[in-house]
Amino acid sequence: MEKRVFFRSRWLPWVLIAPQVAVIAIFFFWPAGQALVQSLQQSDAFGTQVDWVGLENFRNLWNDETYLASFYTTAIFSSLVAVLGISLSLLLAVFADRIVKGALAYKTLLIWPYAVAPAVAGVLWLFMFAPSVGVVSYWLRALGIDWNHLLNSRHAMTLVVMAAVWKQISYNFLFFLAGLQSIPKSLIEAAAIDGARPWRRFWTIVFPLLSPTTFFLLVINIVYAFFDTFAIIDAATQGGPGKDTAILVYKVYFDGFKAMDLGGSAAQSVVLMVIVVALTVVQFRFVEKKVNY
Amino acid sequence: MLGAARRGGNPMVERRPFLTFLSHAVMVLGVLVVAFPLYLTFVASTQTSQAIVQTPMPLLPGGHLIDNYIAALNGTGGGSGSKAPVARMMTVSLISALIISIGKIAISLLSAFAIVYFRFPFRMFFFWAIFITLMLPVEVRIGPTYKVVSDLGMLNSYAGLTIPLIASATATFLFRQFFLTVPEELVEAARMDGAGPMRFFWDVLVPLSKTSIAALFVIQFIYGWNQYLWPLLVTTSEDMYPVVIGIKRMISGGDSEMQWNIVMATAILAMLPPALVVMLMQKWFVKGLVDTEK
Repeated sequence: MEKRVFFRSRWLPWVLIAPQVAVIAIFFFWPAGQALVQSLQQSDAFGTQVDWVGLENFRNLWNDETYLASFYTTAIFSSLVAVLGISLSLLLAVFADRIVKGALAYKTLLIWPYAVAPAVAGVLWLFMFAPSVGVVSYWLRALGIDWNHLLNSRHAMTLVVMAAVWKQISYNFLFFLAGLQSIPKSLIEAAAIDGARPWRRFWTIVFPLLSPTTFFLLVINIVYAFFDTFAIIDAATQGGPGKDTAILVYKVYFDGFKAMDLGGSAAQSVVLMVIVVALTVVQFRFVEKKVNY
Repeated sequence: MLGAARRGGNPMVERRPFLTFLSHAVMVLGVLVVAFPLYLTFVASTQTSQAIVQTPMPLLPGGHLIDNYIAALNGTGGGSGSKAPVARMMTVSLISALIISIGKIAISLLSAFAIVYFRFPFRMFFFWAIFITLMLPVEVRIGPTYKVVSDLGMLNSYAGLTIPLIASATATFLFRQFFLTVPEELVEAARMDGAGPMRFFWDVLVPLSKTSIAALFVIQFIYGWNQYLWPLLVTTSEDMYPVVIGIKRMISGGDSEMQWNIVMATAILAMLPPALVVMLMQKWFVKGLVDTEK
């Protein structure tokens, strides 16, 4: 798709595009290039001497048990966030789609968490589950569960997953609702006339037709869990107890800014970039397919 | 749908009172669970800190709403964490969110205009260069980007807080997609009337893009307001903390002596502006969200 009619000017397009190109050159390509270069270097603690070390930083990562553990943590965390977030919001969207009266009220109430900053979401959930003052942790104690996410890593993981899912539910919900509303009513009616009951109609018609939306949300939710949840984790558990909720992005931050291991942190950045590029390619492959279909 | 309803049928294909009841039950339950953290935050922001520390804390609003909010806004809350006045932090957040959202929209409108309406060397090269930035969220390149910003002397400044976040491909792509749907006859007509490109841009293209601009504004304002990792790195002085960072600094004092009532009042204050933007512009926001990501 290209315009056949266009304006002619030797200099104007350059002026128009200059601000954006300047910003991406200075704040995207230069730093990304630096990350690549630094990932092949090692500097001493004072930053006075820099040596080229080839792929050693990457080899160190591979041999670093805490890094592999962080991979494992990220995998668990992001699959829980994606699967729970998507199933819960699909459930809500399917029921919301059935409702005629009051649908807008429900929708308005459900989109609130989208506006809440991830860091604030982390603080809210921390407050509810704080071992000493939290209301929910008090209720859990009454049920015989001794909640303490400062000591118990399962509890800590549950806490950050809940906060991350809560924050993302509005987004998923809006997309599912839009997807459901674009399914032709005649298809559902035809199935109903053929005697298919709601449960069966959902699995044989609605769910397959929603699969593009579901797949799209799966990618988006994984990206969200990988990158946007840093603030939730930093506010709620700070990666603890130990390193049990330190996802990859948290480790890049911690190693680069707290432990001052620039080479290692840069190598981790490069690994993350590769992951993002892979996810984006998967997504676009899929989008192309959707267009043909 | 209306026809079906009038014929005695139900728009939901058939009448199933139990299923309708179940739908409402699920939605009410969902809304309650989703809203509970927000409600509890509000309740806590109206209590004294002593009332919160007695477990379980009261679940109905108390009478200290005004005291707590004034204490938070002026930074006179006491407690062991940071005591920067929230009023100042809200200003920092507001200014940065506005610079990010307006800046992004402005530079994206211009570059999308150049890419769609002009032919120039390396056009596709620039297009792909912008496109690739989609794949590099600030989180994956924090170290080197921080270095660039500190070398340019932009730490603790609005420029440092906002410019690195202004560059993003999403807005450019949305506008490009939209411009491609604008009928070519409009350009021809404008040229026949002797209007130059900038005249066409201001008088035709920008007014036509109003809906997209509004939708993007909502999304980018929330994005800017809710930033965390980047401000955490580039602001070290308290008078440049955005409110989201301020909350985090408040709770770093330790569990027991924390002034939860003030923290929660701050949390409500921090949620209010983005929530208002979402509520007031709900229609555009939902449309924009679903369109941008397509």
